[in-house]
Amino acid sequence: MSYAKSLRCSKCGREYPLEPINLCDFCFSPLEVTYDYRSMSEVVSREAISSGPVTMWRYLNLLPINDKVVDLGTGFTPLIKAENLGKEIGLDNLYIKNDCLNPTYSFKDRVVSVAISKAMEFGFDTVACASTGNLSASVAAHAAKTGLKAYVFVPANLEQGKMVSTAIYNPTLIAVDGTYDDVSRLCTQMVGRFKWGFININLRPYYAEGSKTLGYEVAEQLGWRAPDCAVAPAASGLLFTRIWKGLNELAMLGLIGPVNTHMYLTQAAGCSPIVNAFNAGSLHVHPVKPNTIARSIAIGNPSDGQYALRIARESGGGACAAFDEEIIEAMKLLSQTEGIFAETAGGVVIAGLKRLVDSGAIKRDELTVAFITGSGLKTQEAVAEVVSPITIQPTLSSFIENCADSVEGY
Amino acid sequence: MAKRGVMFTFPTEMIREPIIYNLGRRFDVVTNIRRADVSEDKGWVVLELEGKEEDIEQGIAWVVTKGVRVDPVIGDALEG
Ligand SMILES: Cc1ncc(COP(=O)(O)O)c(C=O)c1O
Ligand SMILES: [Zn+2]
Repeated sequence: MSYAKSLRCSKCGREYPLEPINLCDFCFSPLEVTYDYRSMSEVVSREAISSGPVTMWRYLNLLPINDKVVDLGTGFTPLIKAENLGKEIGLDNLYIKNDCLNPTYSFKDRVVSVAISKAMEFGFDTVACASTGNLSASVAAHAAKTGLKAYVFVPANLEQGKMVSTAIYNPTLIAVDGTYDDVSRLCTQMVGRFKWGFININLRPYYAEGSKTLGYEVAEQLGWRAPDCAVAPAASGLLFTRIWKGLNELAMLGLIGPVNTHMYLTQAAGCSPIVNAFNAGSLHVHPVKPNTIARSIAIGNPSDGQYALRIARESGGGACAAFDEEIIEAMKLLSQTEGIFAETAGGVVIAGLKRLVDSGAIKRDELTVAFITGSGLKTQEAVAEVVSPITIQPTLSSFIENCADSVEGY
Repeated sequence: MAKRGVMFTFPTEMIREPIIYNLGRRFDVVTNIRRADVSEDKGWVVLELEGKEEDIEQGIAWVVTKGVRVDPVIGDALEG
């Protein structure tokens, strides 16, 4: 059995049993998994964790799973010291958490691995999700591994790369003739009708917990300490809140010292409802209409926005938006300094980081971790302009004629 | 009978309009407010709508034509 105790309303504190539900009946706010940390602390230790599997499942005791886990080998991705990028933007202690290196190339494998394991426990024979591509691929892959049926809803105009990287696992792929908002609305309407495990709706409290492992891993990889600053992308805001929860749980369990991490949240300027609220000093996140190339994080009405906002404020961090041109430039910068090809969400993080350093919010010597959450291979359209090869004949003379200028010492 | 959790976001010029009252009367939808905040320039209300599926649909469509933004209460269920 896991150490999960109940679901608790993040607003009014009412408690609910550990079932496939995601909203408080009274105030319609999101539910969150609570744990018996006292009992948990008796079994977890640095040694026990370090000798576990080299995946996110080394933290099994801190996650709400009772039965078998469904694992494709997710997590424990590299944390690399980014010397070149650090030099470029003015940081001496910059690290990149490279979550492109998951089985389906995004951090979504962490959340889906937990949600699908719970779906099996609850006895669902079908899982479903609405997605802009990363979530759908991960759900389809995990469903394939377990034999669960999967219904995956995407907007019909999704990028080809994301379609293929979902369809290859053979889910029932449904292209909805409508906008992103329409797909989302359709799926929330379906929850009452079908007895399915909706990965990011009725299974959402469990799904959320998967992201805590990003916080755990970074702390362990830094030699059991929290960073001074963390910079992460936000769509619904859930990932951001769970990195924070993960760090704080480790402190509560005595595995690391007190957490003084400044949490910085980044969004694309074309869809920045949480950043807007931060800048306006508001408590409520007003929805916006998304318009940005960073489509994977273009959520106009972030369900966990106010909680992410609170963490950015209370941790002494901040929030920062980047324009589409900056996002593209940042994707190139990360590739060309560190050899990491991230998707647009990664561009948002690096562009935001740059702004935060330029404005003096993040200081040169602070140990800073930037979370790169998805691979660039699925959204190549965004940077297709980089392809301008020199075309030559297969002869030495043609090479010399066309390229000699760039060959040093010729 | 169907139930639906929604969030209405009102632009400034709509704050004085009795939208929720009219929604209930015109479309035979029971409205039940759970959370809300209205300031001088903007307002939002989280509420539950209960009624026949098609009445809820038509009611929401009418609210949208009034310039009010309507979101499902889970937030966008759509994710990257
Ligand atoms: C690559 C990538 N990064 C970050 C996010 C943000 O996740 P969240 O909705 O938890 O804020 C998403 C998904 O929405 C994503 O696809
Ligand atoms: Zn509540």
